[in-house]
This record gives sequence, C-alpha cells and structure tokens, in this order.
Amino acid sequence: MSLIGQSSSQLRQAFTEGQATAVEIATEYLDQISRTDDNVAALLHVDREAALARAAEVDRRREAGETLGPLAGLPVIVKDNICMRGVPATCASRMLENFVPPYDAHVIEQLQAADAVLIGRANLDEFAMGSSCENSAFKPTRNPWNRECSPGGSSGGSAAAVAARMAPLAVGSDTGGSIRQPAAFCGVVGMKPTYGRVSRYGLVAFASSLDQIGPFSTDVHGSALLLETLAGHDVRDTTSVDQPVPSYTETLEQPLEGLRVGIVKEHFGDGLDEEVGTAVHAAIDAYRSLGAEVKEVSLPHSKYSVAAYYIIAPSEASSNLARYDGVHYGHRAEKFENMVDMYETSRGEAFGDEVKRRIMLGTYALSSGYYDAYYLKALKVRRLIREDFDKAFADVDVIAGPATPTTAFRIGELIDDPLAMYLNDIYTIGANLAGIPGISLPCGQSGAGLPIGLQLLAPPFEEERLLRAARMYEAQTNWHGACPDLEGLAGSADR
Amino acid sequence: MAETLTPEQVRKVARLARLKLTDEELQRLTPQLSDVLKYVDMLSEVDTDDVEPMAHAIEVHNVLRPDETRESLPREQALANAPNSDDRYFLVPQIIEGA
Repeated sequence: MSLIGQSSSQLRQAFTEGQATAVEIATEYLDQISRTDDNVAALLHVDREAALARAAEVDRRREAGETLGPLAGLPVIVKDNICMRGVPATCASRMLENFVPPYDAHVIEQLQAADAVLIGRANLDEFAMGSSCENSAFKPTRNPWNRECSPGGSSGGSAAAVAARMAPLAVGSDTGGSIRQPAAFCGVVGMKPTYGRVSRYGLVAFASSLDQIGPFSTDVHGSALLLETLAGHDVRDTTSVDQPVPSYTETLEQPLEGLRVGIVKEHFGDGLDEEVGTAVHAAIDAYRSLGAEVKEVSLPHSKYSVAAYYIIAPSEASSNLARYDGVHYGHRAEKFENMVDMYETSRGEAFGDEVKRRIMLGTYALSSGYYDAYYLKALKVRRLIREDFDKAFADVDVIAGPATPTTAFRIGELIDDPLAMYLNDIYTIGANLAGIPGISLPCGQSGAGLPIGLQLLAPPFEEERLLRAARMYEAQTNWHGACPDLEGLAGSADR
Repeated sequence: MAETLTPEQVRKVARLARLKLTDEELQRLTPQLSDVLKYVDMLSEVDTDDVEPMAHAIEVHNVLRPDETRESLPREQALANAPNSDDRYFLVPQIIEGA
C-alpha cells in the first residue's frame, strides 16, 4: 500500500507497528517530491541524502529499543524563513541567496527532538511578504488543484507541498494570514497559534509583534500533533509565553458540549464570493446540526484591520529589514561609491518589489511628522480591534467564517495591484493584530474545483478548544480527504 | 493625511530607507504607495481619543537572565556568511577620509 496520501496519524501508526521504516516513509515522500515538484514548485531546497541519513538514524534508534519522539519517522517540510544549521535559509530573496544559518531555530530543535525527518524547505513570498507566493525571487509556486492558480501566500510552498502530498506535515509562519489563506486556497488545514505560543527564535523577522509559526497538515489531527511539538516556552524569545502546553491530540476527539459559535455579520458583506459564502454557511449549519448554538456577534472595527495592518506590519518590517546592510551577511553590490552607496545599492539590487514597497511604507509611516498620524493611530485602532474580539468572546466560544473572500486567484492576476492583493487577507489579519489563534480547514469546493476554507477563531491560548471545534466539523464531512489529481501533477513540467 | 505622493517624496523616503530605486521603479512605486496611503486613510474615521496604543498582542514585560558570561558564536562562524572579510574582521569601504 502506498504511504503517500496517508495522514500523519496513519503514517505514525504504520511506523510504530513496524509496517514501514522511517527510511521507507522518507523515500516514498522524497520520490513524490521528485515526481511532482517540477509542476508545483513548492520547494526551494531538498537534501535527499541528509533526509535519508536522518531517517536511518531514527530506524537505528528504534531497533536499539530507544524511546522515540511523537513525530518519529514523519516527514516534515519547513518554510524557508526558519533557520536550520547548515541548511540554506533564503527567505526566497536574492538578499539571502547564499545564507547558511549557523544555528537552529527553536522549532527546528523541537522537531529534531521529536524525531521528525525534515525533508525539504518550502518556497514563500520574499521575507514572507505577500499573499500569492509570486513574490519569491526564485519561482512562483503553483496551486496543486489548478496550476494556473496561486497557492496563496506567504506560506504557499508549505501549503502546496502538503496538498500535493509531498509531506503529511509542514511548518509555516503567519503574520497577516500567511498560514490560513494558503491553507484555504490549497484545501489543507493550517493554524496560527496564539502570539507567544511558539517561539520565534530563528524565524527571520518580518513584523515581530504579529509573526507566529504554525502547522500545516492534511487533517486537524496532524495540526494538533505538530503544534504540540512546536509550542512551548523558550527563553531566547522574550515574547514566548511560559505556559504549559496541553496535549492537543489527547482531547481532540471530544466534541465540545454546548458549543456557542459566533458568526460575524461583517464577514459576510461586500467582496465575499457567493460560492465561498454558501460553503461557509453550510459548515455553520453543520455545527447547528451538531447541537451548537449559533449567535451573531459584531466586530465593528474589523473593516479597519487591513488598514491598521498595512501601517503596523510595514513599520516593523522597515525596522527589521534594516539589518540587511551587506556587511554581516547577505548580498553586497559589486560596484558602489562609498559606504552609504554600498547600503543603498546592495538593498536596491537584492530586494524585490513587495519588500521595497513595505520598507518604503514603513519608513514613511515612522518618519517625522507622520508617526502620530499613521503608526500611533494604527496602534490605537489595533486595541479597538482586540477589544471587539474580547467582547465577542464573552458571548461565544469560537467565531466561524470564511478564511478568504474568494477561492484561489490566477497567478499574475493581482501582482501589479498591491491593494487588491492586501484585501485577500481581510478575514485573517484581525487575529494577528489581536494575537488570537485561528485555523483554516477545508469546507467545500467551488464549481471550478478549487478548495474553500472555513476559518475558526478562539480567545488567546484556547488552541485546545479551537482544535476540538475544528475536529467536530471535520468528523462530519469528507472535505479533508479531498486531494488534487496527483497523477496529473506527476511527470515533467509541461508549462 | 490622504495626500498624493510625488516621485520626489518617494525618492526621499527611499533615501531614508537606504534603498536605491531606478527611475522605472520610482514611476511604478509612486502611484502604488499613494493608493495604499489613500486606503489606510480610512483610519482617520475612527475616534481614538481615549484609546491607548497597543504595540503588542500580549502583555510584554522585561525578561532578564542571570548576568553570566556565555559562549558566543565562534568567529569563523560569525564571519562565514559575510560578503567580505579577512578571516578576522568584516571588511567595509573606508569611511574616514585621509585615514
């Protein structure tokens, strides 16, 4: 029986019961990458030998009778903005094209300690800035459901890799929806934990008060399993929260009694594609039929979330990306006049359009005379957005709605219209500003055969509730079992 | 707020951000940045008079560790990704004239 397409728990079972070795599992998934990635372009770097050596080590330790970690033998793909010692971390940027980190991110240490087998590095929008994966300096990733379409971004490579069954699990980062939006476009499960739940040590910083690392998987169980590994306190990230991590997989199958599901009227207004709205309403009906109480709640400031985000995130980005000076690491221009010209030329040559736009926006918003009107104003609106959520969660346990306004758009369709691209994250951005956890899971398909995502949101540190609520829905439907045409993805690139 | 940016303003911001832009980039970025600024201008509708700014999504407080010396990154590793070094230092263009 093929191991490709099995969920992480099925693979885990096959491994623990001795039906498959870690090497056999890794080999099948590496072969799947070889077969399909010419057509999907989800990955930037694969070291087959290193992955197989790692898998062999896991097998050796099992044979020696050692106790293995919870991800033993499971292939995992990691977004290329998370540092791993000795392995390139390009952030899909010319700036870091030759950068090899000398240290491991906290989440890499956690994955290694859990005995996962890291098999590849996923493409992304440059420095995680974008909603389409077209801002990669190296190649655009294609949506496995329709290669003319975007997989979403910025974790589009991670989402597409899981959708194309190149790994059962992947790691991404979510600053304004960069896990949940591509998960929705690619028909997989993707989750942004509470801000502070997962250490950002070793994640290349974009907007530090918003960035959060999280899991991708084919089903909710996979995200619960991976989050258990990623989450936890780390003294090297001062925003990492020192709170025990519950065993999410243990409680996952327990439905929530008396669940109160909030729906936000602002989430069903202008701009929402009809097919997406219909699928999400059907999902909410599924909760009703499970005995949940569905209540309308209001997030009156949610319409300002994109505007607040596109001040706050670029402001933090302009500061974080000041470190790329062509001195300590990264690209340096060959020709320049003097030191300042070296900075300007190096940065001008190596950053792509979207990164330049955001650095410029942030520099403008933080500059003298504009700081109060833009940056400070946005931080105040951010508090109002958070207070809206606090009020809503006094009445409901989770909020349910669409993850994205439309299904996957076509590659190239929005690339020259940044504002239209930014509006793609209108339902996801609020959770980043407020710091709350959110998940997107498959809940339908459009007439054109593109996946539709249901987003669930919960109060801070209620990941356990969020995952159980997501699983309640998933257990009622088969959308998570839907898979793109893997045969059609195999073979040499035909575009 | 809500002003339309001129290419000269964008050029100035680019200089502050240490980004060299080509003329073609300047022509392309100027209207795009103007559009985004016009969009974010909707924030001025919101009454925020008595609202405290929120810089972080969680309560952030100082985190201190014991003041003990620890191993740092070995020099060769710190220099390994440098575009230019002499195996001891990062090399940059001369910045003091006549030195």
